Amino acid sequence: LPQTALAAWTQAAFDAKTMAEAMKALGAGAPVSSGDVTITGPDIAENGAVVPVGVSTSLPGVKRLAVLVEKNPSALAAVFDVSDAVDANFNTRVKMGQSSNVMAVAIMGDGRVLFAQKEIKVTLGGCGG
Amino acid sequence: MRIRAQVAGDKATVRVLMSHEMETGLRKDAAGKTIPAWFIQEVAATHNGKPVMSAQWGPSVSKNPFLQFSVKGAKAGDKIAVTWKDNKGESRTDEAVVS
Amino acid sequence: ALGRWESADAATAEAALYDVPAFGNVSLLHMTDCHAQLQPIRFREPSVNLGVGAMRGQLPHLVGQHLLKQLNLAPGTALAHAFTFTDFERASRRYGQVGGFAHLSTLVKRMKASRPGALLLDGGDTWQGSATSLWTQAQDMVDACKLLGVDVMTGHWEFTYGMERVKEIVDKDFAGHVDFVAQNVKTNDFGDPVFKPYVVREINGVPVAIIGQAFPYTPIANPRYMVADWAFGIQDENMQSMVDEARGKGAQLVVVLSHNGMDVDLKMASRVRGIDAIFGGHTHDGVPVAVPVKNPGGTTLVTNAGSNGKFLGVMDFQVKDGKLVDYRYRLLPVFSQMLRADPAMDALIRKIRAPYEAKLSEQLAVTDGLLYRRGNFNGSWDQLVCDALMQTLDAEMAFSPGFRWGTSLLPGDPITRELMMDQLAITYPMATLTPMKGEFIKTVLEDVADNLFNPDPYYQQGGDMVRVGGLTYAIEPSAGAGRRISDLRLHGRPIEADKTYRVAGWAPVAEEARTLPGVKPVWDHVETWLRAQGGRVTSRKPNLPRLIGVQGNPGMAV
Ligand SMILES: [Mn+2]
Ligand SMILES: [Mn+2]
Repeated sequence: LPQTALAAWTQAAFDAKTMAEAMKALGAGAPVSSGDVTITGPDIAENGAVVPVGVSTSLPGVKRLAVLVEKNPSALAAVFDVSDAVDANFNTRVKMGQSSNVMAVAIMGDGRVLFAQKEIKVTLGGCGG
Repeated sequence: MRIRAQVAGDKATVRVLMSHEMETGLRKDAAGKTIPAWFIQEVAATHNGKPVMSAQWGPSVSKNPFLQFSVKGAKAGDKIAVTWKDNKGESRTDEAVVS
Repeated sequence: ALGRWESADAATAEAALYDVPAFGNVSLLHMTDCHAQLQPIRFREPSVNLGVGAMRGQLPHLVGQHLLKQLNLAPGTALAHAFTFTDFERASRRYGQVGGFAHLSTLVKRMKASRPGALLLDGGDTWQGSATSLWTQAQDMVDACKLLGVDVMTGHWEFTYGMERVKEIVDKDFAGHVDFVAQNVKTNDFGDPVFKPYVVREINGVPVAIIGQAFPYTPIANPRYMVADWAFGIQDENMQSMVDEARGKGAQLVVVLSHNGMDVDLKMASRVRGIDAIFGGHTHDGVPVAVPVKNPGGTTLVTNAGSNGKFLGVMDFQVKDGKLVDYRYRLLPVFSQMLRADPAMDALIRKIRAPYEAKLSEQLAVTDGLLYRRGNFNGSWDQLVCDALMQTLDAEMAFSPGFRWGTSLLPGDPITRELMMDQLAITYPMATLTPMKGEFIKTVLEDVADNLFNPDPYYQQGGDMVRVGGLTYAIEPSAGAGRRISDLRLHGRPIEADKTYRVAGWAPVAEEARTLPGVKPVWDHVETWLRAQGGRVTSRKPNLPRLIGVQGNPGMAV
């Protein structure tokens, strides 16, 4: 495989503590909440170390999709480059140390930065009916 | 890597399970010594040799990472290859045939 | 009106109480959460079952006189006794024990006889909750359910026997007899279905789809290592595609056999289109009516059929021109003395119990007070367990999980080993003594409180508040996460955030707890403690938190 296929890794974005800082480090603007971006994930994590999340958008012209976990030591978990050859729809699994908002961000070709978020609860477990 | 690529309508759903520690660099071992960061940073995929997606990952991605995406126009018999590269410079590529 | 049958002989009473006229052309019988109770037992319904937010004052969050009023049930009747805790001791002596598979079997046969083609659905929590189920690795319940004629089932506590045992039963014992369905259980690697998501059965010419919904939070509420390769979750989207797929295949009636818990079912019913009815369990709510819920596709009926073999739900549907047009629903209490024991089931139960009979019937003590478990905050049985653990483990305080299963005992009843095991029989029974910082104790209480009182039911896990011995606290259920618990005290002195306390507990979800040096199952501790009481256990007064902001909530008896 040509190594050129791999995107250059952006240290500053993965050091960022907040969504806004991470976007800035990726050269993107301030994120605006949008109903056209979708974040999927469980309401309660079955295992905080392995939380399935999905990011997607149906908007045309999306360049990148990112997943962030608000309360993780570094907010940014992953950035996906969207090409014409793939759907703007990616799923992965992330670590979460505590209950937190999880965000999907779409960086658009026209410079807009749109996001959606949902709360995922991480609990100690036990009990039951 | 375990890669499963299956036709779903006019595209193929690709699911990948990678084998990697994804160590954050924030954990300590039993002796109290920090375990160094060791995680996949870059991921890329090709469809019949043509690059279709790439990604940057941080240490928040889970151990033994999972990735799912859909490749437009991929048909049975096509080849999907996935490559990862970690922060130590190690890398791995595996390939699967779309079924 | 039913009261006058109390002294009639069983056959006459059976005829009167259970003479339910048939209706429509598709009937489904529903049992759930029997928790392996093969024998008749007593079961006290809760006096505290608070609803918060939009759930306040709504079914199933009505108790005692509030529930009677809503349902127009006269106090003092057999039905009032079945559905509420009111005057439990007197009413239980009057109407006798409830449940028992031999009696349930008679009722199922009776309903099936008047409803040709009727199917029996089992909502799960069937294999766990008794000594014999634990000691036989659920084989007793598997055999009993096959004889009872269960057609379709889903699960929750079933999974605590581990993936291999579940698969063994589903693939071998159940093959050709019982369909185990669960649309929301997938493999952890590539998300492949572990069980059939649904089955389609034709009843009197009507294709009926029954979709399974296993308990979504099994890997959280119970040890994850027992289901390490499986993922659960609510999975609304997949539910919608299963409904659409079943309709596409010609199903004229689509029902869900669910172990979500009633609040989750009510929310799911408001979101997923095309489900005619959800037959629910897990939260052990004995709800005598089907609750209609509007959604973009029409209306979905939601039921919940109680626990411990105490009830059988009977749903009669009229399906005409490919559509549900009308229904009748009843939740029939199973009064053991009003239903003859079915001889075949009776014989099977005797056979199952024979090798264990001496061990089961051994008397450990007699209880002076009423022993029960169910309720949001504590029960006298849990208090007994906390007291036993604090004393045998020399702990300052004890935590006991908010399990909703467990049978009830009347004052003067002997506590046999079997009745003790009704409270404790689980596959991860170890009792532990853990040093805990005051701060962490608060975190634990907050965590459980949010699982019970989160205003969004999808963030709830079912079950009740962790029971505490020694520690006192105040709770404001309607406050936000992390802000419900206050005024934590031990012997009247405030808990200090940085101080370490000795806390006893049991049912650890962490795998390591199984092999800690010297660790013993909870029943060893409780049995030791019971025997040390000199034959009689004095009444236990449940340690209850001070409640804030719940005045007038009809989920609490006054
Ligand atoms: Mn149950
Ligand atoms: Mn349950």
